[in-house]
Amino acid sequence: MNASDPAMETPVLEAMQLEVSIGGHQVCRNLDWRVGSGESWAILGRNGAGKSTLLSTLAGLRAQQGGRLNVAGLPLPQASRGAGARAMARARGFLSQHQMDPFASTVMETVLVGRHPHLGRWDWESAADHRLASAALDEVDLGGFAEREVQSLSGGERQRLAVALLLAQEPQLFLLDEPLTHLDLSHQVSVMNLFARRATSGAAIVAVLHDPGFAARYCRQALLLFGDGEWMAGPAAEVITAKHLSRLYGHPLHEVQVDGRRWFVPR
Amino acid sequence: MPTRRRALYILAALLGLALLSLLIALGAGSVPVSAADVIGALGGERDGLAVEVIRGLRLPRALAAFACGGLLALAGALMQVLLRNPLADPYVLGISGGASVGALSAMLAGLSLALMNIAAFAGALAAMLLVFGLAHGDSSWTRTRLLLTGVIVASGCGATVALILSITPEDGLRGMLFWLMGDLAHAASPWLALIVLALGLVATLPFARELNLLARGDTLAHALGVSVNQVKRGIYVLASLLTAVAVTTAGSIGFIGLVVPHLVRLAMIRMGWGNDQRLLLPASVLAGGSLLVLADTLARTVVAPQQLPVGVLTALLGVPVFLILLGRQANERQ
Repeated sequence: MNASDPAMETPVLEAMQLEVSIGGHQVCRNLDWRVGSGESWAILGRNGAGKSTLLSTLAGLRAQQGGRLNVAGLPLPQASRGAGARAMARARGFLSQHQMDPFASTVMETVLVGRHPHLGRWDWESAADHRLASAALDEVDLGGFAEREVQSLSGGERQRLAVALLLAQEPQLFLLDEPLTHLDLSHQVSVMNLFARRATSGAAIVAVLHDPGFAARYCRQALLLFGDGEWMAGPAAEVITAKHLSRLYGHPLHEVQVDGRRWFVPR
Repeated sequence: MPTRRRALYILAALLGLALLSLLIALGAGSVPVSAADVIGALGGERDGLAVEVIRGLRLPRALAAFACGGLLALAGALMQVLLRNPLADPYVLGISGGASVGALSAMLAGLSLALMNIAAFAGALAAMLLVFGLAHGDSSWTRTRLLLTGVIVASGCGATVALILSITPEDGLRGMLFWLMGDLAHAASPWLALIVLALGLVATLPFARELNLLARGDTLAHALGVSVNQVKRGIYVLASLLTAVAVTTAGSIGFIGLVVPHLVRLAMIRMGWGNDQRLLLPASVLAGGSLLVLADTLARTVVAPQQLPVGVLTALLGVPVFLILLGRQANERQ
């Protein structure tokens, strides 16, 4: 191995013997996991397996119970607090499940919020920031919505707005908690395509998904959480199989092929 | 969303308004003075009754009113971000309750004005530390816990105030009621309040964009690089200190802290500038200061030589304005 070997580069995300639990429930035990640039991972598991908990731990929003976690070479959760928090926000972006906003705000103002980690303390958003925000809105099909009140948007439009905010943030690592919530089928496909393009151009994607068919189609790797601390990580072709998924969801599934793509249907 | 240049124009216009309100306050009153007297008194050149009234009485009182209005508006705007609730005001977490208990206890004991001010400030600090200590508990700083603790401490203070009022002899009651409603007649010196106001603004403006994010929720703010717990603690301590200084200077003047940030926000949203704290915080200070100066000028002139408690006037003036604006906004939405 030499220094130019991609495997030797600092991984975007690296977990070593990571232990995460919530309310006495163990999410993962001794998780050893690396996410490199250009990779796209799906996290699959049952309700309550701890997918969101793991994802917010990976974002540094809550502390792990044991083991080490690095994002862009910086140790979490320490690097997401205090003076280094803005640098961490340029390294990783986090799409959380939706929250209500008590104060009125327009779509454009909301997207521009994503530029915060790139701006100095006294900076105001520049014309370049506005162009970036407009481009992000175009990408999620909200091009004509810049001056709309957020409170007048539908659930699916708000979800795409949250995606646009994340695009404006321009992180290296995208942590997506159920990015397809509230989206219709066509927007599900376009949002997954959009993140796949980001992965192709060097970003890393980690997405909590509910549809193993989407996971197999758009993610090249997968992490399964079995809900008892057990986990399985590897290439999607090996990990996302009817056998593993039947164990994962506790319900028998079988695989069907449509146009060369694998889909999984419950028996 | 405003640009930096447009924000500076708006603030310059509001600054002009603030200066105008101060000039009105200096000119109005039972002793008639001319514009030339006002200019002369400020220039420091002439002697005479008018100059003495302006420099000795009206100027300190007007400056104290401006400082208190600014302090309350700034504290209110900060509390609304901290609690993510447009209905929060500087008193919601019990600061004014603590100050009231301190001030009224001092009045009951017949202490001097200076000691009463110290007691009011000590009461405000005690309430702040009590809420801070109790809400801090598990270091999670959830808004519900903070709000609940503050409201309970405030209602405890309210009961204590009622107790003091009920055991106070008749002739002491009037002073206490004026203090509770907010009154600038005894504002001794405006300088402490003005300095604290300037320091408070200087301390918050560099964090205004962080506050914008915090208003949108802790998770988003944290994910975008805001040190959420530190900033929240900072806002709480600062807003409490600002409120304590304002209450110590002029009693619990209601309404300004709730409504001025709200009015400024409504106006900004109507103009299409959004809820941007970089403009909202300084604009609230200037608007709150001007409003209290004008209200206090009315309070001491409307039924002169009788004086009204200014807190009553701020509410009587502000409530209809606020309701009209709110109603118009609701109509436009439909």
